[in-house]
Amino acid sequence: MRNLWAIARRELGAYFVSPIAYLVGAAFLAMMGFFFYTDVIFTVLSRSEPTMRYIFGVMTTILLFVAPVLTMRLLAEEQRLGTLELLLTAPVRDWEVVLGKYLAALVFYLGLLIATGAYPLLLFWMGGNPDIGPILSGYLGMFLFGAALLSIGLFSSSLSQNQVVAAVVGIGLVILLAVASLPADGITNPTLQQILNHIDLRNHLMNFRRGLIDTSDVVYYLSVIAAFLFLTVQILNSRRWR
Amino acid sequence: MIEAEGLTKIYGNQVVAIEDVTFRVERGQIVGFLGPNGAGKTTTMRILTGYMPPTRGRARIAGYDTVLQSLEARRHIGYLPETVPLYPEMSVRAYLNFMAEIRGLSNRKAAVERAMALTGLEDRADVLIGKLSKGYRQRVGLAQAILHNPDVLILDEPTIGLDPRQVREVRDLIQELGKTHTILLSTHILAEVQQICDRVLIIHRGRVRADMTLGEALRSRRPDRIFLRVEGGDRQVPEILSALPGVRRVERLEPGVYEIEVANNAREDPSPAIAETVMRQGWRLLELRPVGLTLEDLFLQVTAQD
Repeated sequence: MRNLWAIARRELGAYFVSPIAYLVGAAFLAMMGFFFYTDVIFTVLSRSEPTMRYIFGVMTTILLFVAPVLTMRLLAEEQRLGTLELLLTAPVRDWEVVLGKYLAALVFYLGLLIATGAYPLLLFWMGGNPDIGPILSGYLGMFLFGAALLSIGLFSSSLSQNQVVAAVVGIGLVILLAVASLPADGITNPTLQQILNHIDLRNHLMNFRRGLIDTSDVVYYLSVIAAFLFLTVQILNSRRWR
Repeated sequence: MIEAEGLTKIYGNQVVAIEDVTFRVERGQIVGFLGPNGAGKTTTMRILTGYMPPTRGRARIAGYDTVLQSLEARRHIGYLPETVPLYPEMSVRAYLNFMAEIRGLSNRKAAVERAMALTGLEDRADVLIGKLSKGYRQRVGLAQAILHNPDVLILDEPTIGLDPRQVREVRDLIQELGKTHTILLSTHILAEVQQICDRVLIIHRGRVRADMTLGEALRSRRPDRIFLRVEGGDRQVPEILSALPGVRRVERLEPGVYEIEVANNAREDPSPAIAETVMRQGWRLLELRPVGLTLEDLFLQVTAQD
């Protein structure tokens, strides 16, 4: 466990000296800010209820591109620099390396998410009095959704020494899983249809946005995270039998 | 300290990287690990450091099996891989502190200070690694390897890419460390082995081809050529010395300086006979020595087979 914290802390430190993290973070917040602004204008003009649903929807799409970029460095760079050999020959277990890195990415993401907390606060401040339940559950949903994306991104990062390749593979995988249910409507086989609907990353956000926390959605995201972290450990481990 | 028993590594079911590699390194020895590129040196080192398990055979470090007691074995090893593993965005001190942390050292500050003092890094402690010269980076790599004062040090080409002064500094450091540590040193520089190692281990095509002390290695071959400098005798010298048993030819390089070619079938080194003859003739012997690096000869001979 101590190793895990050491690795997570070092990685988090690396985030704050890397220009890419700042760029991605700034771009993410700038885009979110822009969409929030247009949403507020629209809400005011149409005299509708202020909510965060539109903002969460936008964030879902942006995260598909942001999350894999946040994780692309984690293992790819470590392989390129040769420091992975160092970590794997230190008295540290493979899963501690993977989990430590994942934790660092998660904390960075949590920071970004907290920064967007300014939007609902603004809604309150402007006297919009939005419904607080869907906002809180929506944030829990965004956290779990992002956490799942980060685990997929970390997995992609273990596949290559090249950060760009890792990002591209990550974005591809993430988009594939986020649109998995699109072809479901045209499929007659009900089992396959159900599977496609179930594995779709975005389908499980619906309830959270409505203010519902369904255990099955939480379990779904946690299983995706566990599965991809497990796969990442297996990739690191594959040096043993390759 | 290091025990390798029948280590075999087969990549992807067909590429045999090393086969039946067996050797032991006793406490306090510095062993030069030689072999052409692709001979299996790095594979052997990666197995010893627990980076990957052997396909067959087993290795022990300080008595701990590198597969079954991997974490315990790793605690007793310091490893400097061929590509020095550094995080360029960290300062020397932060990097060493991180390494001390994942090695689970209790007194981290003292360990870091000690490692920096031993490698002469104190004045660069707060410089970012990415801004250091190659020589300093190599030292940081070494500092990382000795941080936990391990029993065994495994160094993969530690002096590669350094300038002559840095090479000398790193060699001195290794020699100093060798007094208290067991060191397996991979290198292509034979002079380095001759200078600092007690033993040589030559690996070729995945098999151990020579394992002997440096003395044995150097004595195992008689010299091919002998360099001689005498005063007196002049033109008689080649004539008289060529008659000696074991001498094939004497070439006069310049007045008083000769190179003597030893016959292939000579049973022993003709040097004593040459010295004796010089004395008897009443010439003055100024210099008499075998020419060339015999370790290089041994290396070429061993690695020329099949």
